[in-house]
Amino acid sequence: MSHAFVEVQQAAKRFPGATKTAPPLTVFENVSFQLQKGEFVCIIGHSGCGKSTIMNALAGLDQFSDGSMVMEGKEINGPGLERGVVFQNYSLLPWLTTLENVRFGVRARWKNWSEREVTEHSMKYLELVGLKEVVDRKPSQLSGGMRQRVSIARAFATKPKLLLLDEPFGALDALTRGVIQDELVKIWTQDQQTVFMITHDVDEAILLADRIFLMTNGPEARIAEAVEIDLPRPRNRAEIIKHPHFYTIRNYLVDFLVNRSGDLRVQENEPQGMRYPPSINPVNLDAAVDAPTHPPEATPAAGHEEKLVKFTPKEIRHG
Amino acid sequence: MDRTTTEWNFSLNVRASVLAVVLLVLGLGIWEGLNHVPLLTGGAGELSEYEQLMAGANETAKVPPPSEVLVRAWEELSNPFYDAGPNDKGIGIQLGYSLYRVLTGYLLAAAIAIPLGFLIGMSPLMYKALNPYIQVLRPISPLAWMPLALFIIQDSEASAIFVIFICSIWPMLLNTAFGVAGVREDWVNVARTHELSSLKTAFKVILPAAAPTILTGMRISIGIAWLVIVAAEMLVGGTGIGYYVWNEWNNLDLTSVIFSILMIGVVGMLLDMSLAYVTRFVTYAE
Repeated sequence: MSHAFVEVQQAAKRFPGATKTAPPLTVFENVSFQLQKGEFVCIIGHSGCGKSTIMNALAGLDQFSDGSMVMEGKEINGPGLERGVVFQNYSLLPWLTTLENVRFGVRARWKNWSEREVTEHSMKYLELVGLKEVVDRKPSQLSGGMRQRVSIARAFATKPKLLLLDEPFGALDALTRGVIQDELVKIWTQDQQTVFMITHDVDEAILLADRIFLMTNGPEARIAEAVEIDLPRPRNRAEIIKHPHFYTIRNYLVDFLVNRSGDLRVQENEPQGMRYPPSINPVNLDAAVDAPTHPPEATPAAGHEEKLVKFTPKEIRHG
Repeated sequence: MDRTTTEWNFSLNVRASVLAVVLLVLGLGIWEGLNHVPLLTGGAGELSEYEQLMAGANETAKVPPPSEVLVRAWEELSNPFYDAGPNDKGIGIQLGYSLYRVLTGYLLAAAIAIPLGFLIGMSPLMYKALNPYIQVLRPISPLAWMPLALFIIQDSEASAIFVIFICSIWPMLLNTAFGVAGVREDWVNVARTHELSSLKTAFKVILPAAAPTILTGMRISIGIAWLVIVAAEMLVGGTGIGYYVWNEWNNLDLTSVIFSILMIGVVGMLLDMSLAYVTRFVTYAE
């Protein structure tokens, strides 16, 4: 295996200082990672660590100050249809109906398709996300959850090789989020696209991801670790929490975000040169290693609550 | 507007209509009462035309009462398109001339203002380069252009159209530029991630996104154009509703003056309503 599907090398983002003499502000530096084909990768980190910049750069909407991005041997240089994006604020075109919004993407992707083919293909994906009944409504007449489904349908319908999801469920309530996560898993299982997703929700990341990138706090952030999630697929929300490894992983992630993400930056002085984040499997770390708040593995019966490190996605955002 | 069918709103509409009618009757009544030409008393014989105009024996002149205006309106509107020579044309013909000038100048202005506004809205360079000229040219009263237009174009008809053109271009230009510049970055990003060409982005994303703002500019422009045509035609003369008003003043026919004022209002309202109607089709809720 010579080349990864997507390869990001030594990416950095800097902004000029407030004054001419002030040093530039480095948001992140020396960020290198690979995405394998068909892989679902989530990236977690506190606000301001540059997650969105990395995502926008992959989408071609933003640029790194340094570093390179290569996808299938070709440099990523500007936006392209082989990379689909789902934005947090849905970014639907409000003057178009639900169907027209999806058609917009499909039409752009396959320019020589007939009107009927475009409509049929769009309808197929709207059905997958359960919006068959509301295809003639405008986005303003849809709930937040429905809008995000349209956005997901639009992105998946164009069959991009790499799908970029920027906190797609950030603005949704927990119940809606759960339903759409299941739908996302369903479509992803069907199409086996490579997905790169930003999230603030640890449970969401565990449910969806093959690997989770953990970013240290900005400025001067970097990807500290790549946590492997080897829970069996297909996963669903109800079953996954019963898996014996679930809380080990979860607590490891939460511990990183709450206790370690701030210190890592200060403690470790990065050596120069390219370095991929070390792969970590929390389950294999074992209790013997420094598992700070790891509870011993237990049967997932009563008393989940006490074992959890107290944490909500909100804490990250305001942290 | 879904709630208009509720009983409360229905009764509001009814109450508003009743109040409007009451105000109309009251206003017309006062107008009629204050301005009625007193009946002749005694054997003074026939009044001269001057005395009639001056409201008979009364020292102060009276505005024609609404009853007279209504009679005149009926006469004029029952035969709006007669043409009995240069100084005696039906109200329909005069309004037709004015509308023709307004629409010609207005459409010419739209044909230039909307593409140019697009350019200014999309390019900060063009905006910065052209903005000083726009700021200087915009506050100029359109009628101030008239002498220059008459000299250069040497045709009163075309000069009137030019004046309409110059007065209606600015709101459309500025609103288009404003609307285009304000299109949400997210929507442009959607176009970019779908690899739309610049032309397709302009027509499929930016135009529909900016359309409500552009239409607002067009609506302001048509209002201004209709205001200005009356003054322009008073200057250039010959035909048109503005000329008609001034001509009837010269004829000392105040009844016709009042009638034509009302017609100017009605046509202006119809122009505005038609653009408001079009706006409904491009408006979107976010």
